Amino acid sequence: MAYNFKKELEKPERFVGGHRLCAGCGAGITLRAVMRALEPGDKAVVTNATGCVEVSTFMYPYTSWTDSYIHTAFENAAATCSGVTACYEALKRRGKVTDNYKFITFGGDGGTYDIGFQSLSGAMERGHDMVYVCYDNEAYMNTGIQRSSSTPRFANATTAPVGREKQGKQQDKKDLTAIMVAHGIPYAAQTTFLGNFRDLHEKAKKAIYTEGPCFLNVLSPCPRGWQYDTALLPKITQLAVDTCLWPMYEVEDGVWHLTYEPKKKVPIEEYMRLQGRFKHCFQKGNEWMLEAAQQYVDEKWEALLAKCR
Amino acid sequence: MAHLDRLSGNEAVAVAMRQIDPDVMGAFPITPSTEIPQYFAQYVADGLVNTELVTVESEHSSMSVCMGAAAAGGRAISATSSAGLALMYETLYVAASCRMPIVLAVSTRALSGPININNDHSDAMGARDSGWIQIYAENNQEVYDNYVQAFPIAETENVRLPVMICQDGFITSHAVENIELLEDAEVKSFVGTYEPKHYLLNPDEPLAVGPYDVTHYYMEHKRQQAEAMRNARAAILAQAERFEALTGRKYGFFEAYKMDDAELALVLMGSTAGTAKAAVDMLRAEGRKVGLVKIRVFRPFPMEELAEALKNCRAVAVMDKSEGFSACGGPLFAETRSALYDLETRPKAINIVYGLGGRDVAVDDVRALYDRLADIAATGETGPVYSHIGVREEA
Repeated sequence: MAYNFKKELEKPERFVGGHRLCAGCGAGITLRAVMRALEPGDKAVVTNATGCVEVSTFMYPYTSWTDSYIHTAFENAAATCSGVTACYEALKRRGKVTDNYKFITFGGDGGTYDIGFQSLSGAMERGHDMVYVCYDNEAYMNTGIQRSSSTPRFANATTAPVGREKQGKQQDKKDLTAIMVAHGIPYAAQTTFLGNFRDLHEKAKKAIYTEGPCFLNVLSPCPRGWQYDTALLPKITQLAVDTCLWPMYEVEDGVWHLTYEPKKKVPIEEYMRLQGRFKHCFQKGNEWMLEAAQQYVDEKWEALLAKCR
Repeated sequence: MAHLDRLSGNEAVAVAMRQIDPDVMGAFPITPSTEIPQYFAQYVADGLVNTELVTVESEHSSMSVCMGAAAAGGRAISATSSAGLALMYETLYVAASCRMPIVLAVSTRALSGPININNDHSDAMGARDSGWIQIYAENNQEVYDNYVQAFPIAETENVRLPVMICQDGFITSHAVENIELLEDAEVKSFVGTYEPKHYLLNPDEPLAVGPYDVTHYYMEHKRQQAEAMRNARAAILAQAERFEALTGRKYGFFEAYKMDDAELALVLMGSTAGTAKAAVDMLRAEGRKVGLVKIRVFRPFPMEELAEALKNCRAVAVMDKSEGFSACGGPLFAETRSALYDLETRPKAINIVYGLGGRDVAVDDVRALYDRLADIAATGETGPVYSHIGVREEA
């Protein structure tokens, strides 16, 4: 059936309001959109790494989750979810569970690219029937905007600050989606919020309903860390895609496929200009930063196009 | 009907696991507990159990798998030693505070560094305040028996705490001994089926586990957890009573060996009790009033009962198989001396750190300790309260 945004929004919410995420936060949008991709008849268990989402959506005694939910620690969400899925298999064999369950894990980039990387890699290799969703906001936002391996080069972070000798993060962003693809998992994809959310919805649905371990990387901007006017959130995600900085693609059984190609590739500085974390890149003498950022995007984009052809 | 077999301590634990047939095992190899997941993997491969074996990439993940499985509504197990237990520390606290009745077999081993694969208790002692029930064994029979009792203790409604079943790495984990095994059906009946009240996979009632707990609630939850550990005392004794009715083998918080009229006593844990009992028997044959207390349950610590057992002694040596680095003695000594404090007249107490990294302790070493206690009793002079035995002055 063709995607109908209005119909999708008429479904009962599985991730409900009342949580404490910031206005203009991308993570909450990711959670709500991914959970919307579940078939209403299916049950789910959500696993969550420590982070903004955990402390904002399940603060005792309140929860925003209508499905069962578990958080244990920062670096082990994929392993915790492995235990839930393993138990599901064992209890199904004993006839103790008969309902159809889906298993979705949410982690930020700190809990996914960095401290939870080993646990994620293990779970993907073992092949549990689960989907791991990274809400990638490109720094340790919950502890106050420290750099992660997902933080882009030049971005200002509290542990990679702008100073006299060094200005922002010195290294490029880790390409985690490609690393997940290298695990040989049946489905991996990158997406973000665009227009009527069709891309995110369809990828979430595929990730949830493809048997085996699947990975979804969702660029989820953070108004505090990226320093943007909250009303600009949709514009920022649109620019992330139209600059080709955050390409929308999916890899099914090893086959790379671009799901959105911008009609006109927008210069990266238009994306960076809206965000305070890149403010120093626009100072006199730092023109080379914008050039280097553009060169990085161009190289990555060409390499991706080659894979998708 | 019970039957006899010859098993290593690790295999005895694996057999108990097979008989219980838990839902999920998180498994990662580390010496000297590695045999446990090896034996169990064979049971899985041979279709002898229903268990999902999750062969994770670290011990941190094996305990995380256990937590996911326990929250989901199943019985979860793992096995580890030394650095593996240390890597689990964070998750041990989470498992206990989330009140998950997980059972972890620990073949105890020294902690690095320098790296050493042999036995002492520094790994398990490091986890003593993580909120887990800790039960120690002298020999292979005891570790098997303790394991069979673990789930009923852990799952007791007013307890719901994880249990660590500890045995001495290599000394019992690898030594083969004659052992009396229960029939599979007897174990299954003793352990029963697990029917949790609240669990993630309950279709009628979703459950949220592991909240952000702010200052307004955290302390109430911690006190509830502390009460659960106090409640574990009765649960441990209740399961020991059921187990005795089934097997005739009697268990309690500790074993008081020839303590009725003992004037000099040792307090210790684990396999060294066997060596020490031989020394006690020799000294008793010489007419000396000596005994020992072998601690079985370290958490919850049987403070009042231990004080009662030691109250008529004149001198007590507490033997710690771990170095606490407190500069004033090991953890078993700290607990025991605290227990003695409430007595009207208390024995003199010294602390002996011994057997680190697999350093052997022989019957003569133990006899020498009783001689030292005899001197203390005779002179009233304790001498150095905290010292090491079996150690050269120069490395």
